Amino acid sequence: MDVTNLESVRDDDFIHAVMEESGQDLTHCYQCGNCTAGCPCGFAYDIQVSQIMRNLQAGRKDKVLNSRSIWLCLSCSSCTTRCPNNIDVARVMDVLRHIARREGRVAERGVTTFWDAFLASVRKHGRVYELGVVANYVARTGRVWTDIDLLPRIAPKGKLSPMPHGIQGRDEIARIFQRYEEERTR
Amino acid sequence: MNLAYYPGCSGLGTSREYERSTRAACTALGVKLTDIPDWSCCGSTPAHALEHALSGALSARNLVGAAKVGCDTVATPCPSCLSNLKTARHRMADDGFRAKVGRLLDQPAEKLADLPDVQSVLETLVTRVGLDAIRAKVRQPLAGLRVAPYYGCIMTRPADVMRFDDPENPTSMDDLLTALGAEVVPFPYKVECCGASYGVTRRDIVARLSGRLLGAARDAGAHAVVVACPLCQMNLDLRQTQVEWPGGRAVDMPVFYFTQLLGRALGVPDAELGLEQLCVDPAIAFRRAAQAVAARQAEEAALAAKAAAKAAQAKQAASANEGGRA
Amino acid sequence: MRIGVFVCHCGSNIGGTVDVPGVAQVARAYPDVVFSSDTMYACSEPGQAAIVDAIREHALDGVVVASCTPRMHEPTFRRTVERAGLNRYMFEMANIREHVSWIGKDREANSNKAAELVRMAVEKLRLNAPLYPKSFDVTKRVLVIGGGVAGIQAALDCADGGIEVVLVERESTIGGKMAKLDKTFPTVDCSSCILGPKMVDVSQHPNIRLYAHAEVEKIGGYVGNFKVDVRRKATYVDWELCTGCGLCMEKCPSKKSPDAFNEHVGVTTSINIPFPQAIPKKAIIDPTSCRQFVKGKCGVCAKVCPTGAIRYDMEDQVVTEEVGAIITATGYDLFDYTRYAEYGGGRYPDVITSLQYERLLSASGPTGGHVKRPSDGKEPKTVVFIQCVGSRDRSVDRPYCSGFCCMYTAKQAVLTKDHIPDSRSYVFYMDIRANGKMYEEFTRRAMEEYGVQYVRGRVSMIVPQGDKYLVRGVDTLLGEQVEVPADLVVLAVGAESSHGAPQLAEKLRISYDNYGFFMESHCKLRPVETNTAGVYLAGACQGPKDIPSSVGQGSAAAAKVLGLFSRGRLESDPQISQVDVRRCVGCGKCITTCPYGAIEWMELRGEMKARVIETVCQGCGICTVTCPQGAIQLQHFTDNQILAEVNALCLS
Ligand SMILES: Cc1cc2nc3c(=O)[nH]c(=O)nc-3n(C[C@H](O)[C@H](O)[C@H](O)COP(=O)(O)OP(=O)(O)OC[C@H]3O[C@@H](n4cnc5c(N)ncnc54)[C@H](O)[C@@H]3O)c2cc1C
Ligand code: SF4
Ligand code: SF4
Ligand code: SF4
Ligand code: SF4
Ligand code: SF4
Ligand code: SF4
Repeated sequence: MDVTNLESVRDDDFIHAVMEESGQDLTHCYQCGNCTAGCPCGFAYDIQVSQIMRNLQAGRKDKVLNSRSIWLCLSCSSCTTRCPNNIDVARVMDVLRHIARREGRVAERGVTTFWDAFLASVRKHGRVYELGVVANYVARTGRVWTDIDLLPRIAPKGKLSPMPHGIQGRDEIARIFQRYEEERTR
Repeated sequence: MNLAYYPGCSGLGTSREYERSTRAACTALGVKLTDIPDWSCCGSTPAHALEHALSGALSARNLVGAAKVGCDTVATPCPSCLSNLKTARHRMADDGFRAKVGRLLDQPAEKLADLPDVQSVLETLVTRVGLDAIRAKVRQPLAGLRVAPYYGCIMTRPADVMRFDDPENPTSMDDLLTALGAEVVPFPYKVECCGASYGVTRRDIVARLSGRLLGAARDAGAHAVVVACPLCQMNLDLRQTQVEWPGGRAVDMPVFYFTQLLGRALGVPDAELGLEQLCVDPAIAFRRAAQAVAARQAEEAALAAKAAAKAAQAKQAASANEGGRA
Repeated sequence: MRIGVFVCHCGSNIGGTVDVPGVAQVARAYPDVVFSSDTMYACSEPGQAAIVDAIREHALDGVVVASCTPRMHEPTFRRTVERAGLNRYMFEMANIREHVSWIGKDREANSNKAAELVRMAVEKLRLNAPLYPKSFDVTKRVLVIGGGVAGIQAALDCADGGIEVVLVERESTIGGKMAKLDKTFPTVDCSSCILGPKMVDVSQHPNIRLYAHAEVEKIGGYVGNFKVDVRRKATYVDWELCTGCGLCMEKCPSKKSPDAFNEHVGVTTSINIPFPQAIPKKAIIDPTSCRQFVKGKCGVCAKVCPTGAIRYDMEDQVVTEEVGAIITATGYDLFDYTRYAEYGGGRYPDVITSLQYERLLSASGPTGGHVKRPSDGKEPKTVVFIQCVGSRDRSVDRPYCSGFCCMYTAKQAVLTKDHIPDSRSYVFYMDIRANGKMYEEFTRRAMEEYGVQYVRGRVSMIVPQGDKYLVRGVDTLLGEQVEVPADLVVLAVGAESSHGAPQLAEKLRISYDNYGFFMESHCKLRPVETNTAGVYLAGACQGPKDIPSSVGQGSAAAAKVLGLFSRGRLESDPQISQVDVRRCVGCGKCITTCPYGAIEWMELRGEMKARVIETVCQGCGICTVTCPQGAIQLQHFTDNQILAEVNALCLS
């Protein structure tokens, strides 16, 4: 592994952006590791959440935004709840996803594809149409076997609607997305 | 109190039984729910993971809708919706954020005060109706039923936004279930995450986390897990066949919505509670409860018989003595 | 004789591994023992009361307590028996805790050993005789050695308490390290602004006599009556005449003299007043660089001095002072970092010590308070601080933590940002030790408000690269090797004992640890006392200490001295040697051997005999083993008493 030059890897603008958007002061983190200690998803992370925090302090944009961890974070807030410095770590993770999405960096495609399918459904119908989301996800990822084993368990329960529940204000919702996209590209 | 009701999208699909039992239980308790007209999706995790203003706008549309029909509070059964609606309202206390959200909406909220409060149906029931009132209406106590109450990770957290119950060890559902006559087992993973919406994309995560929860319930001797969240319910119930059971020992663990057990205790017919829509057969839990009750009764009977026999013996001995003297 | 024996459980400390009641039982059979019992805590109020009661009830005339070390409680029990009317020397103590229960686990062996130690004490006690202390006058003057902040505080408190103080300072000015500091943590107030007034008070206090540029040469005597020789080193300037005008410094042509006050950042003139607030503010000539001394010609200062104060022919002078107590406050020195070759070992001009950096920050320093790096005078933009240099490092025999360097590093990093707003500081640390009031908050502020980049890990080497220095270290929290190109590197060098501290300790007859720090009498309960009566400690000479603690100790030591002097007379210890004139043959061997000069000749009916000067004898016992006649005996430790103990152990 290369030696990390702390001066040249440091991206102060990035640090500022994360602090600004999350409203959290990264310098408050004293690296006790409690967020990692309680993170239910740590076993699946490539960089533990406390090390994400440390990397943020060092301004290591690429390292953080290219990590898989930020996509696997479950937003469970146990880190936030237990941080001795009252840092809303989950919110920091959220903001990292925002920035990464803006820059088109996604290390866990499957996750964002599912989310995109979800939001597409909301945009179209105003409410999410579960079967449609899964179908869309399967179509986009080609993972045709996704949860096929659950089909016999759920099908007889008569819960999955064959049709979306469109709302009257569908257009209003579509406009929210539209304006959001305009704001973003502005 | 004018209570608006926000069912959440899954209530129309995978959590129909939650939706049905919530309405049935509220009716039984005389809680009037006014549906938010033409409510829309809050955006859930996919929205807040993409951008906070978008997430805020999707939520705010519903809050504005509730205000329009004269409601001061919105109740929702789904913690994910709850979290989004509450967080949106919380963040909109900031003028800048509220303005940003407003730019995305057809009908923005002018002031923070225009937005109703948000609470979970659980909170509505325990704080507005009250445990005493509920206890008084119990017709069919859940005698013998040992339950593990699982709140999920976001109903109480982060504490400064959710402002309900203890963020690490909530007890409202415990108290409610106890009031219904159930026996609550000590359950250490009340707020530990089940894997949330990663079932589709990263089944391994859900398998591990939900497996741990189910294993803990099994080891605590619970007959069933009781939840307040559609996503948790789906992970624990529908995906129960996918989980990694700690120690490899799988059991059939029914997973109820708390509203289903509430309805049952209040005497609402099973058909209105959607019990048949659960994947793991709920009868298993009731059977175990009945067995427990029977076992306890048998034990008590045996004890009583023993005591009676002893008394009889003593009596006999006494009369024999008397006889001897006579 | 009627002896009583008390065997102590010391809770479970002794009782845990010694059959205490069993030992008491066995002791009952020892000669002259008429009473024996076990007790839970002999030193406690009820424990002592039981001893007093037993003495009265059983008409005891001697007492043995078998318990802990006499270091702590011998005085306690002596007072106890005294309360019951016995002479305090009719008491013996057997240490069955440190010498038995704490060092062995075998209950039977322990119990046997304890019983034997009790027996030895009984046998000795049978030969004890009452001894009576003599009282003597006290010289109510105190010597304070070292004029750092601790010594200054001690001197002022004693002087305010109404006693005369002799303050001896090695350098030509008092103030110690604190005088060299720019600002002080955690309040970041100006060091000379808070120390300066105290220094002025020292110079103006009618009760303080200050000898600067002086050292203690010899110390004789004992508590209450010390005799101290102070060597006033030649300054080559008559300080009675010098007004501190500084004219000589302006004109002195020899301008390359080492600048010790500025920690050798830059140079100064051969005749010099170290800094504007110096106390005393007097000039001094450095004969190693002065042209008059080196080349034999110059004399400029003598010509310009308006008061004619220059004395090239001045010699050292020794003055003798009589004092009743001594406070030593000789402070610390800094670890010589050149032992770390990986940090350049002194070869890199821009790798400097923390104290040098204080001088760069200080407005009265060589750069007038502008931070410029020594090599090229450029303002550094990236400053790297390295903590624990020469501390917590077994490889350089400095296993201890220097205590204050974490804090001063945070302070210096904060000040760096103040001086150079567009700079960035990195601090490489292993741990951050900030356990004083407002200290943790201060280090957090350095990180949170001043943006100081703390990196957890050590630096393995520093390599010059262009006009920068590549600092190669590790960030253990990232788990990565890291490097920082720095303009200036500041080493948080650790504290070590002041040079010459062990030699001074020998003169004072006090102990010091492996590293030369003076030993307190008890690390918790007697922190400013030493094991030599009348000698006290203050400040970093006892171990690394920050200013608040040093000042606290200065006041504490002063309180001890004032307490000592509050008694009109002191009692001498009767455990001293005595000459049996009938056996003394006048060989004089004891006179030559006594390290304290406590034995003198006397004439007795025409014959020369030895005689012990009671107030001078320290009871060391060397004379008793020297005397071929066995004529000189140490009271309370006579040959017979010691032999009785040996016999008890070996013959019974
Ligand atoms: C870079 C640096 C920054 C620091 N910053 C701070 C700070 O911000 N806040 C803080 O609380 N602490 C700070 N400290 C610690 C502070 O220097 C010490 O706490 C303080 O100086 C201890 O005072 P002292 O009187 O015990 O010792 P010293 O200051 O060392 O004084 C001892 C005096 O005794 C004299 N002396 C020594 N031997 C003899 C002898 N044989 N005969 C006669 N005189 C003798 C010396 O010449 C000296 O004048 C800092 C230390 C360093 C190295
Ligand atoms: S719990 Fe808080 S302080 Fe501790 S490492 Fe995580 S973010 Fe930092
Ligand atoms: S919110 Fe994300 S980072 Fe924090 S504990 Fe939960 S899963 Fe881990
Ligand atoms: S020696 Fe003379 S010239 Fe120098 S400071 Fe003293 S009085 Fe002034
Ligand atoms: S004699 Fe000359 S060199 Fe020496 S101190 Fe005086 S002026 Fe300086
Ligand atoms: S005070 Fe800090 S820098 Fe100094 S030795 Fe101790 S841990 Fe190291
Ligand atoms: S015991 Fe003897 S040698 Fe020791 S100080 Fe006294 S007289 Fe001198």
